[in-house]
Amino acid sequence: MSDERLDVRKTYKLLINGAFPRSESGRSYEVTSEAGEFLANAAQGSRKDLRDAVVAARGAQAKWWASSAYNRGQVIYRLAEMAESRRAELAEHVALAEGISTKKAERVVGRAIDRMVWYAGWTDKIAQVFGGANPVAGPFFNFSLPTPSGVVGVIASQDSSLEAFVDAVLAPIAAGNTVVAIASERRPTPAVLLGEMTATSDFPAGVLNIVTGFTAELASTLATHEDVDGIDLAGVDTDAADELSAAGAASIKRVFRPRDIDTASSTRRLRAFLETSTVWHTIGQ
Amino acid sequence: MTDNTVANSNLGSLEYDPAPESASIARIKTSYGLFIDGSFTEPSANEQFVTLNPATEQVLATVAQASTSDVDRAVAAARHAYETVWSKTTGAERSKYLFRIARLIQERARELAVVETLDNGKPIRESRDIDIPLAAAHFFYYAGWADKLDHAGFGVNPQPIGVAGQIIPWNFPLLMAAWKLAPALAAGNTCVLKPAETTPLSALLLAEILQQAELPPGVVNILTGDGATGAALVDHPGVDKIAFTGSTDVGRLIQSRVAASQKRLTLELGGKGANIVFEDAPIDEMIEGVIDGIFFNQGHVCCAGSRLLVQESIADEVLRRLVRRVEQLRVGDPMDKNTDVGAINSAAQLARITELTAIGEQEGATRYSSSCELPEKGYWFAPTIFADVSQSHRIARDEIFGPVLSVLTFRTPDEAVAKANNTNYGLACGVWSEKGSRTLWVAQRLRAGVIWANTYNRFDPTSPFGGVRESGFGREGGRHGLEAYLNV
Amino acid sequence: MSTAPLRLISREDHGVKIPPSNTLEAVASETQLRAILGSLSGVDAVGVEGRAAKLATRSIKKSTKLRAIDLAISMVDLTTLEGADTPGRVSSLCAKALRPDPRDLTVPSVAAVCVYPDLVAHARSIVAVSGVNVASVATAFPSGRASLNVKLLDVREAVSAGADEIDMVIDRGAFLAGRLGQVFDEIVAVKDACGDAHLKVILETGELVTYDNVRRASWLAMLGGADFIKTSTGKVSVNATPPVALVMLEAVRDFAETSGRVVGVKVAGGIRTTKDAMKYLVLVNETAGSTWLSPDLFRFGASSLLNDLLMQRLKQHRGAYVRPDEFSGD
Repeated sequence: MSDERLDVRKTYKLLINGAFPRSESGRSYEVTSEAGEFLANAAQGSRKDLRDAVVAARGAQAKWWASSAYNRGQVIYRLAEMAESRRAELAEHVALAEGISTKKAERVVGRAIDRMVWYAGWTDKIAQVFGGANPVAGPFFNFSLPTPSGVVGVIASQDSSLEAFVDAVLAPIAAGNTVVAIASERRPTPAVLLGEMTATSDFPAGVLNIVTGFTAELASTLATHEDVDGIDLAGVDTDAADELSAAGAASIKRVFRPRDIDTASSTRRLRAFLETSTVWHTIGQ
Repeated sequence: MTDNTVANSNLGSLEYDPAPESASIARIKTSYGLFIDGSFTEPSANEQFVTLNPATEQVLATVAQASTSDVDRAVAAARHAYETVWSKTTGAERSKYLFRIARLIQERARELAVVETLDNGKPIRESRDIDIPLAAAHFFYYAGWADKLDHAGFGVNPQPIGVAGQIIPWNFPLLMAAWKLAPALAAGNTCVLKPAETTPLSALLLAEILQQAELPPGVVNILTGDGATGAALVDHPGVDKIAFTGSTDVGRLIQSRVAASQKRLTLELGGKGANIVFEDAPIDEMIEGVIDGIFFNQGHVCCAGSRLLVQESIADEVLRRLVRRVEQLRVGDPMDKNTDVGAINSAAQLARITELTAIGEQEGATRYSSSCELPEKGYWFAPTIFADVSQSHRIARDEIFGPVLSVLTFRTPDEAVAKANNTNYGLACGVWSEKGSRTLWVAQRLRAGVIWANTYNRFDPTSPFGGVRESGFGREGGRHGLEAYLNV
Repeated sequence: MSTAPLRLISREDHGVKIPPSNTLEAVASETQLRAILGSLSGVDAVGVEGRAAKLATRSIKKSTKLRAIDLAISMVDLTTLEGADTPGRVSSLCAKALRPDPRDLTVPSVAAVCVYPDLVAHARSIVAVSGVNVASVATAFPSGRASLNVKLLDVREAVSAGADEIDMVIDRGAFLAGRLGQVFDEIVAVKDACGDAHLKVILETGELVTYDNVRRASWLAMLGGADFIKTSTGKVSVNATPPVALVMLEAVRDFAETSGRVVGVKVAGGIRTTKDAMKYLVLVNETAGSTWLSPDLFRFGASSLLNDLLMQRLKQHRGAYVRPDEFSGD
């Protein structure tokens, strides 16, 4: 008779509007580790799940932007706190998903958390770095304010299950957007974990929504959805990205595609989903 | 209206019962040493002085007087930490230290607020709702710069200056410490900080917080002491940068002393802020703003709106409302949650306020002082308004640094601007009008580092603060606040 | 602003016949009205909200709190305004109004019960001449969308049924469309129809939206003869808020100074807890002043607030938190 205790297995669900539902389609798909071990029956998200997620993201966006930059920074920093306290669990998931050693996975997690801290500290600097007063030739006070595009769809990297995911979702969120993210198809579990952590980080419902499933099935729904203002195409290959970009043109989407110049210090992802609003006010007695 | 029942009798007023905050959380020690190289240490010359609660004149604790050799030790520790540890610490790591400190301030907020009120005399409501939250926020803000200095607008990979000597005043002790330490550390400098001699306690509590945050020893050193300690720090050849907040007189001294050295310098000095009220000001909010502008923090604010420049057409009405409002200010026990105006920080400051106020009367201004009862013990001054003040009066020109408002009038926007600028100071001004174009027109012409429109005394870590002309140079807060601590 | 006592329209007759809007007299009045309302100072939203928030930090404890709770109880207009109201419901309400806590006769009775006009007679039969007033909503409450004739008939019926107080609604549509003279004239007409009954004018501040509008509507109502100005019907999504109350308290204070007439303020809708009530009393105390700390000049339009006041009162005496079921549900 074995002394080993039977473990309680985890269900990996979607994150939509602050709640964790299964796919409305009822479907799931098998996620295995890089080595082929069964990891989870992840939800196989549908177009309708994406639609619901976009509604949630849109519903949350005005309030997210209306909260202070300080508050947004606090929320993102709290996510870093949560992730730090669950570092071991995250590392284990990354190791299994990506087929790397625990040590390497721990370094990945460390970098991902530092990236969360990076973005936490951006929220109250964006206006200063990307906005400013403009010395127009006339008696006007003129200033430019960066404002978020709105709802951003993220098709996350297929390979980098946590680090790139964090970067892709937190950049728009730090700038005041809300996000609907399609996690890596084969390596979704670290992203799902991160989603769970947002629930204990004072993230308002709908700010980050995560749908797992088959990228090919889901990508075009997100890329063509007219109530999505911007799209990050990191998780599809060049041909698919070309197609999706073209599809997004119908609603003049802001499209972000990874480039070589995207170093750790780059602000391209931040700027990709920022608009600039310029105000003129007369000056006179 | 028919009579209501018996229980209605005697309900004509709402006198607030005392609502004291408990001081027991404070756990103030009997005595404190100097914080050098990560731990508390005895001063070399074994000299001490006491710090009092200005509301009661009771001794709170004994603190050390740092001598020149203590200053040597501290600067050496800061230099060593800079060369061997801090300059090798990445921005991301510095960022995380600062986030830790910010969180610890939030966690120990109540304790810090109580200590601040006991040591400074300001109402607990202000320490609790303004000083401590802003201090935490300042650390949060600069934490976020430490790992992104490339984006601060000073070029790629800007470098720190080295060891910063920082001298702060007694009016916002913890907040001023935050304003100095946070940007300096974010930029990669190490620090030797000297709090004011009448308000050392919150800085010493901050030292404990730095230990809890496991900030590497020597990165921040805190030396208590009086002007002599400050002078030793200013003169020390091992210090690369001096940051001073205090009176213009001392600022002049410091500037002359560092003139022949390579030291960088920023100064945040005094002011005689003009609160300009046009006839179309939103009247009730303006009254609050004028009152807050001068009586907040007992008027111990460099950017206080100590001159009211009111458009002549509404001057009588405004004065009437101000006098009525002043009577409603609750002056008394700073530890009472309902107190609006607390104690004057020291006997010396009280003497100065009293002297200048007497001069105001002699100069012929009309004095209105609150009829509030003042406690027997402690340092107290009733909120006071002087009407019929002229530009040439000393109470229109000298910084009183107390709860005394001087009221002058103007007729046109031009005249308002001229009067507001007719001072060697240039720290802050207020403009009250519902006409945006006029507000902006006035703001453009005011010689001031901070201009508040339809509000007053608003501070935020993202918003640069500092003066022009004899109110000093350099800015604290915002992206601009990094400049003082970068070698750019 | 004029410092002379204000008397906008020197007309003798305030009967139903309002001159049509295209006559010279009405135009002149509307012009005068606009001039007065237009000369009122604007309200800075950030400033007024900041002041209300600061005053919300006042700590009301111990004997102050006990006195304030009793004061608040005596200021309650205990209200039921539902389509489903019946005489039975009104009977319960009135019983509670008279004796909020039957086991403790030191608890003051409330100021009034507030019901729809067709239940006034029934309410009157229960509260009789106890000192608890009968207030009736009227003028096609809550929307106010009916002809003036219908609205005045509504008022007269309530008054003859025994209402001591009438809570009318202003025509918000007319106000927002700029027909200030019409809004004014209706108030004057309703005040006349009230006879000896005391008139509260509901501004419906949630629909007026801006503080500038609240200030102007407050003055308009007071100039028209209101005995009380009231925030809300309680039937829309945004009802009384501390900053709105602050603006109205400033208005009654300033109006008293310029005209010599003292008008009361009623806050209604969304005030559920003792903590809320304390905030409002602090606002009254530190804005209009102690004169207004009386049921004659300040009221809470509420239903569930009463039980929370009773619970807090009992808690102060017992020293422990009490169960809601300690008190009757209605």
